[in-house]
Amino acid sequence: MALTKDDLLKAYRLMRTIREFEERVHVEFAAGEIEGFVHLYAGEEACAVGVMLHLTKADRIASTHRGHGHCIAKGVDVPAMMAEIYGRATGSCRGKGGSMHIADLDAGMMGANGIVGGGPPLICGAALAAKVQGTRDVGVAFIGDGASNQGTTFESMNLATVWNLPAIFVAENNGYAEATAADYAIGAGSLADRAEGFGMPAATVDGHDFFAVHEAAGEAIRRARSGDGPSFIECQVNRYYGHYEGDAQTYRPPGEAEAARANHDCLDKFAGRVTASAGIEREELDDIDRAVAALIDGAVSSAKADPAPAAAEYLTDVYVDY
Amino acid sequence: MARTITMLQAINEALDQEMARDSSVIVMGEDVVGGSGAEGEMDAWGGPLGVTKGLYAKYGDRLLDTPITESAFIGAAVGAAASGLRPVAELMFSDFVGVCFDQIYNQAAKFRYMFGGRAETPVVVRTMYGAGLRAAAQHSQSPYSIFTHVPGLKCVMPVTPYDAKGLLIQAIRDNDPVIFFEHKGLYETEGEVPEQSYSIPFGEANVVREGNDVSIISLGLMVHRSLEAAETLAGEGIQCEVVDLRTTSPLDEDTVLESAENTGRVVVVDEAPPRCSIATDISALVAQHAFDALEAPITLVTAPHTPVPFAGVLEDQYMPDAARIAAAVRRVAGYAQ
Ligand SMILES: Cc1ncc(C[n+]2csc(CCOP(=O)(O)OP(=O)(O)O)c2C)c(N)n1
Ligand SMILES: [Mg+2]
Repeated sequence: MALTKDDLLKAYRLMRTIREFEERVHVEFAAGEIEGFVHLYAGEEACAVGVMLHLTKADRIASTHRGHGHCIAKGVDVPAMMAEIYGRATGSCRGKGGSMHIADLDAGMMGANGIVGGGPPLICGAALAAKVQGTRDVGVAFIGDGASNQGTTFESMNLATVWNLPAIFVAENNGYAEATAADYAIGAGSLADRAEGFGMPAATVDGHDFFAVHEAAGEAIRRARSGDGPSFIECQVNRYYGHYEGDAQTYRPPGEAEAARANHDCLDKFAGRVTASAGIEREELDDIDRAVAALIDGAVSSAKADPAPAAAEYLTDVYVDY
Repeated sequence: MARTITMLQAINEALDQEMARDSSVIVMGEDVVGGSGAEGEMDAWGGPLGVTKGLYAKYGDRLLDTPITESAFIGAAVGAAASGLRPVAELMFSDFVGVCFDQIYNQAAKFRYMFGGRAETPVVVRTMYGAGLRAAAQHSQSPYSIFTHVPGLKCVMPVTPYDAKGLLIQAIRDNDPVIFFEHKGLYETEGEVPEQSYSIPFGEANVVREGNDVSIISLGLMVHRSLEAAETLAGEGIQCEVVDLRTTSPLDEDTVLESAENTGRVVVVDEAPPRCSIATDISALVAQHAFDALEAPITLVTAPHTPVPFAGVLEDQYMPDAARIAAAVRRVAGYAQ
C-alpha cells in the first residue's frame, strides 16, 4: 500500500499523540494524580501505528497491559481514555477498568489486558467470526516478548494455522518482561523461527521504523484478507520507561533508555525521513505537535474535572440481563 | 528473640530459614530474582514487591526466574514436588491462576488420592490476593474459596507477620500441596516475630479478640477490619469475639462452633463475592452444627457479586469496611426473636 501525504501526516499525528499521552501520564502519575498500575508505551509508537494504518474500524485488535498506544492508534477516543485512567464516569469503561482494561469494541479494540497472553486466543475468535461471517476483516493480537512464551500464545498460533484464520500476531520485543531479559526467557533462536514452526510466515523488523513495520504489516494483513491465513511479525523496540510506573529499573544498564531515545526514536526517524523525501515541511509536523499538545492538555484537564462514577455503579453491568 | 518486622520481612525470613535448613527447598516464579539475562543488577526485583529479595545472594541457582509461562512452571513445581523437591512457586497474583489451574487442581490436588495414597506432593504456591490497590478486576480478587473447594489442597491466609512466618514454614514442611495467600494490603503490617524458626499447625483458628455478645468469623485482611469494628462496638457495649480462620482447608470447625455456641450470634466477614464462598461455608457449618445456640440469623458481610471495580469510589464500596461490619454486628446484637 503506497502511503499518501495524508497517510504520513496521520501516522505522525498518531505517534505523536501516543508519545504526548504517555509523557503526560508519566508526569501525572508521579504527581500522585493517578492510581493503580500503569504501563507506558513510549518508545514503541511505530509498532502500533505501523500496523493500525492498515486497519479499518471493523478489524479487531487485542492489546496488552501496555495498551494505551494500541488504543490511540485504533481510534479510541483520547479524552475518554484519559478519563478512564483517572477513574472517571466519562472514561472509556466508565471508570470500572482503568489503564489496564481500556477497551472500545465499537472501535475494534478488544481491550488492554491484565493477563499476559490473554489476547491471542481472543483474536483467534475475532478472526473466526470474520471468517464465518465472510467479512474479510482481520484480527491482530499484540503481544510482548514475555507474552510470546505463554502457552495461550502458542496454542493460538497453532489454532490460527489449523483453522487458516485471518489473524496476525505482532510481537513487540522491547527486550524485557518486567525485569527479565527476553534473551533469557525465549528459548529459541528467534521469535520468527518459532512462529514458522507453527506454520505461518514470519518477519522481523526494526520496531522504531514506522516504514518497516508498515510494510511487514501490509503484507501480513493482505494475506489474511485474501484468505491465506495467519502471519507473525516481531518488532524489535525499546521502552523508554520502567515496566510499570514506579519501577526503579536497576536491571537495565545505565543509560539504555536514554540511548534509545537519542539514537532510535521513532518520531525522530520518521520526521527525518518524511521531511527529507516525502515533501513534508517541518512546519507541518510542528503544527501537528501543537495540536496534539492541546488535545492532551484538554484531555488531562477534563479528566481531572470530570465526575467520579456514581456510587451505585459498582453494582451495575455484571450481566446483560439477570 | 522477637523483634518487630513487617509481614513482607517475615515471609522472606521463613523462606530464608527453610532454604538454609533443607536443600530440597527451591523457589521459582516470574522475577523472584529479577534481572536474569539483563545487563544491569541481578536480584533487581526479588519478586514484584521484593519479598524474595536477598535470597539469590545466598542460594543462587535454587531461585529460578521463569518465563511468563505459569502453566509450565507451576506444573513443574508440582512435578518436582512429586519427585523429591520442596518447591515454593510464586504465582504473582492469584488472579493468574486462570492460566494454570489444571496443574493445581487436576494434578497436584489429586495425585495422592488418585494414586492410592502412594504420592506426596509437597509444593507451596505463594500468591498475592485482595483488593484495595486500585488494581482492577484482574489483579484484585480473593479466589481462596475456589481452591478451598478442591479436595487435596490446603489453603492458608496469614493475617500477622507472626502467623505469616510460622504458617509458611509449616507450608514448606507440609507434605501436601499448599496455596499460601498473601494479601497485598498486609505486606507492610508490623508485628513481633521471633528470630528463630517455628511453625504453626494448620487447622487452628486464632481467637484474636474475646467477647460474649457476637462472634465475627473472618479471614485475611478482613480480620483487621473486624478488629477495628470490634473496638468501636466495645465502646457501645457490644463485646465481639473475633476469630481469624488462618487456614480454610483444613478448617478449624471446633473453634468456629465454640464461638458460635458461646455468643449465639454470628457475623461472617469475607472480602470475596458471596456465592459459594468461605462466608457461605462457615454459615452452613454454624447452621448445621450450632443451630440450637443461635439467637439471631447468621449474617454475612462480603463483597458484592461483581468483579472488582477500578475507580476509588467504587472499589471502596466493594470491600467490606469497619463501618459495614459494625452495622451488621449491631443488627445481629439487637436481634430479638
Ligand atoms: C498471566 C500473567 N502472568 C504474569 C503477569 C504479570 N506481568 C504483567 S506484565 C508482565 C511482563 C510482560 O512482558 P512482555 O510480554 O514482554 O510485555 P511488556 O511489558 O514488555 O510490554 C508480567 C510478568 C500477568 N499480568 N499475567
Ligand atoms: Mg517486553
